[in-house]
Amino acid sequence: MLFTSYLFLGFLALVLILYYVLPKKTQWPLLLCASYLFYFAAGAHFLLYLLSTTVTIWGAAVLIDKNHQAQKTYIKEHKEEMDREAQKTYRAAQKKIRFRYFLAALLINLLVLAVVKYANFFIDNFNGVLRAFGNAEGLSFVNIALPMGISFYTFQTIGYLVDVYRGNTAAEKSIFRFALFVSFFPQVVQGPINRFGEMAPSLYAQKRFDGRQVSFGLQRILWGYFKKLVIADRILVAVTAIFGDPANQGAYVFVGMIFYRLQLYADFSGGIDITIGIAEALGITLRENFNRPYFSKSLPEYWRRWHMSMNAWFRDYIFYPLSTSPALVSLTKKVRARFGPGAGKRVPLYISSFAAWAATGIWHGASWNFVVWGLTNWLILMLSEEFTPLYERFRRATHTEQSRAYDVFQIVRTFLLIGCVNLFDCHATLGATFRSFASMFTSANYHVLTDGSLLELGLTGLDYGILAVAWLIVLTVSLVQRKGSVREQIEPLPYAVKYVLFFGLFLIVLLMGAYGVGYDASQFIYNRF
Amino acid sequence: MKKKILKYGLTAVISIAILFLLQRLLMPKYVDGIVEGAFVAEYYEEEKDHDVIFVGDCEVYETFSPLVLWEEYGINAYIRGSAQQYIFQSYYMVEDTLRYETPDVVVFNIQSLQYDEAQSEAYNRMTLEGMKWSKTKVDAINASMKEGEQFLDYVFPILRYHTRWSELTETDVQYMFDKKKVSHNGYYMRVDVKPAENVPEGRPLGNYDFGENAWKYLDMMRELCAEKGVTLLLVKAPSLYPYWYPEYEAQVEAYAEEHGLRYINLLEDAEAIGLDYTTDTYDAGLHMNLSGAEKCARFLGHVLSVEYGLEDRRGEAALDEAWRGKKEAYEAEIAEQKVKYGIKDE
Repeated sequence: MLFTSYLFLGFLALVLILYYVLPKKTQWPLLLCASYLFYFAAGAHFLLYLLSTTVTIWGAAVLIDKNHQAQKTYIKEHKEEMDREAQKTYRAAQKKIRFRYFLAALLINLLVLAVVKYANFFIDNFNGVLRAFGNAEGLSFVNIALPMGISFYTFQTIGYLVDVYRGNTAAEKSIFRFALFVSFFPQVVQGPINRFGEMAPSLYAQKRFDGRQVSFGLQRILWGYFKKLVIADRILVAVTAIFGDPANQGAYVFVGMIFYRLQLYADFSGGIDITIGIAEALGITLRENFNRPYFSKSLPEYWRRWHMSMNAWFRDYIFYPLSTSPALVSLTKKVRARFGPGAGKRVPLYISSFAAWAATGIWHGASWNFVVWGLTNWLILMLSEEFTPLYERFRRATHTEQSRAYDVFQIVRTFLLIGCVNLFDCHATLGATFRSFASMFTSANYHVLTDGSLLELGLTGLDYGILAVAWLIVLTVSLVQRKGSVREQIEPLPYAVKYVLFFGLFLIVLLMGAYGVGYDASQFIYNRF
Repeated sequence: MKKKILKYGLTAVISIAILFLLQRLLMPKYVDGIVEGAFVAEYYEEEKDHDVIFVGDCEVYETFSPLVLWEEYGINAYIRGSAQQYIFQSYYMVEDTLRYETPDVVVFNIQSLQYDEAQSEAYNRMTLEGMKWSKTKVDAINASMKEGEQFLDYVFPILRYHTRWSELTETDVQYMFDKKKVSHNGYYMRVDVKPAENVPEGRPLGNYDFGENAWKYLDMMRELCAEKGVTLLLVKAPSLYPYWYPEYEAQVEAYAEEHGLRYINLLEDAEAIGLDYTTDTYDAGLHMNLSGAEKCARFLGHVLSVEYGLEDRRGEAALDEAWRGKKEAYEAEIAEQKVKYGIKDE
């Protein structure tokens, strides 16, 4: 059930109506039923994966939590009989038990993810090794359909498991309530990756109908559809035309790179707007995932503003634990003693971020392209870190610290840099990616930008016009957002003005949206992750 | 509270009105160029008192002139055909007709038997959009939709035509609410001539058998007509192309014989009809022009009148009056087309 299908809109309308019409105590059970129905529509057998994650993570978390409580009670009851050492030994023994629960659930879920998402990647590489040793016969590829949103809900639930294991979050006692956290239909497809502690209060609370909140939610949904249907699905035609034909090199790659950046942002942030808008209309608070990322002046800043929930996840559950792990702390000490404090500071940063970025890359897709994409990001981020003092000195020397023009230069530079890195996403192989990248500097075909060749990419002049105006609207909204929520700023305006704005936006989506006959109903890009 | 209801009520009314107007504006009008999409809807403006209803694809709406049937035999006929109207659509067209009237004879052109399922969304639209909403239309849509088509797009055509704003012309504004008639009791007139020369032979096919779905709907049509006491007459228009294979012919003949139906292949009666393929077709043998359509109507009118004993209704004041107006429109269009195609009166 695509977010852009009529069926989904009907489903959503029905859920919203029932949610506020039925007794409040049925609100979260209704959402659970709706979420499972939504997931069922994607494929009945996919439910098995969802259920296995729900049951294993919930079970392990409950056992860990129980053990925590039992440990507390035991120590409290036997405080008199146990000296410090005995308590320490007892705690260590209990921690071991909890770790076993944690590890079992973690491995089961990572194994499922590895099999469904990465099995063919492993087989392909294994076969490559066999071929290198002269064995032509390799393993056959497996045919496993990727369950909808598996990367998102697996990581979300692993985050929950870690939180419970660390004692930061109490385990949810009801498997049904937990099942809703895992399967909540707007976010199960492409996130954002939420934290149980943040989401649970509003997810399970009983809500009264709040017209303003529902209206705000619907406005955000509409904005999401605008980005997805008017921009992303329109520009998709040209992106597919450019990267679908290996003959398109040089200027075409440059144009494709820019178009793909615009498409990816409109598609992903549009989908997240729809997700957060639906949740808002239901009175549920989700994490934000974007903070006007294309205004970033550097790559580190960009990654703080793009796909924020995923980056926070990798930071909190891979980067920090790794950089504070006993092994790395010990290594840091040794390096510091031998090479000085500068090197000592860099060791945990380099190693932990390397691991986090390798994981981010492989999370995005089962191919070397994504691994290299992740590591390229890591390399640039580390270089950026190393050169920061130099940049600062340069800006002081050139008096560009307060320069608007330099700010714009930085924004454009960051945009293009990310575009280049994202070429890994546009090609299936590393060879094609590097050829494509190099051709931007070696092909002398930039005349295609002005000779009408761009009109042969499946977009008419009118399409380009619509895209330009639509981007202007997105840009304007982004600029207005600097002063706070756009909807909050629109709210005090006269009713007629608000009507014109939102009904006008609705008409733009209706009349200029790339949907229906003549357009391929396209899945959100991040659904495939 | 009252004020709030009024405010939101007014908002809803204004929004619906805007959407309605936009939908009217964006929908194709079919008044010039491709006019075939307008035929189905024109039926509902008629007095429903027909003796004969023709159903089928272009071979039927370009092959028989209802005016000739009236003028020469007093038969009040109407053609419910549209471009590439598939058999399942023809069945629902019969079912739809029977909601309003019970003709004596339904004439079905069997050309569409070769299509077991819809071939083109655009043709679906031209046939189905003009139908009035009823369970029959719902069934017709469900039977016709190709993969990727959505039922809701038929309910709210603005969803289908939302991108037409870039192609709008003056005609779209002019005919937003009121359309001019483009057919003559469902007959699509062409007065120009393009002789049939070098008509290609049919290429050998892998399979000549009509599909299960096609047979199913022919059975349904036959049963429906029998149930309502309507005589079903099967015909094959005398189009030279697309090629009508002997294997097709054999299947239709066998079916007609098995079920006691009359089947007339006008291709075989071309001589009796007096058809001259150098003067009676406007597109090299695919379709009849006015001259061909009048000859075919004359021939079939004789069959209907003599063999089926259809009553001569000339003299019924209301019908005489109606046909007088129709004749004027018919003749006016002949004159108009003659100018358009540069044809001089003999």
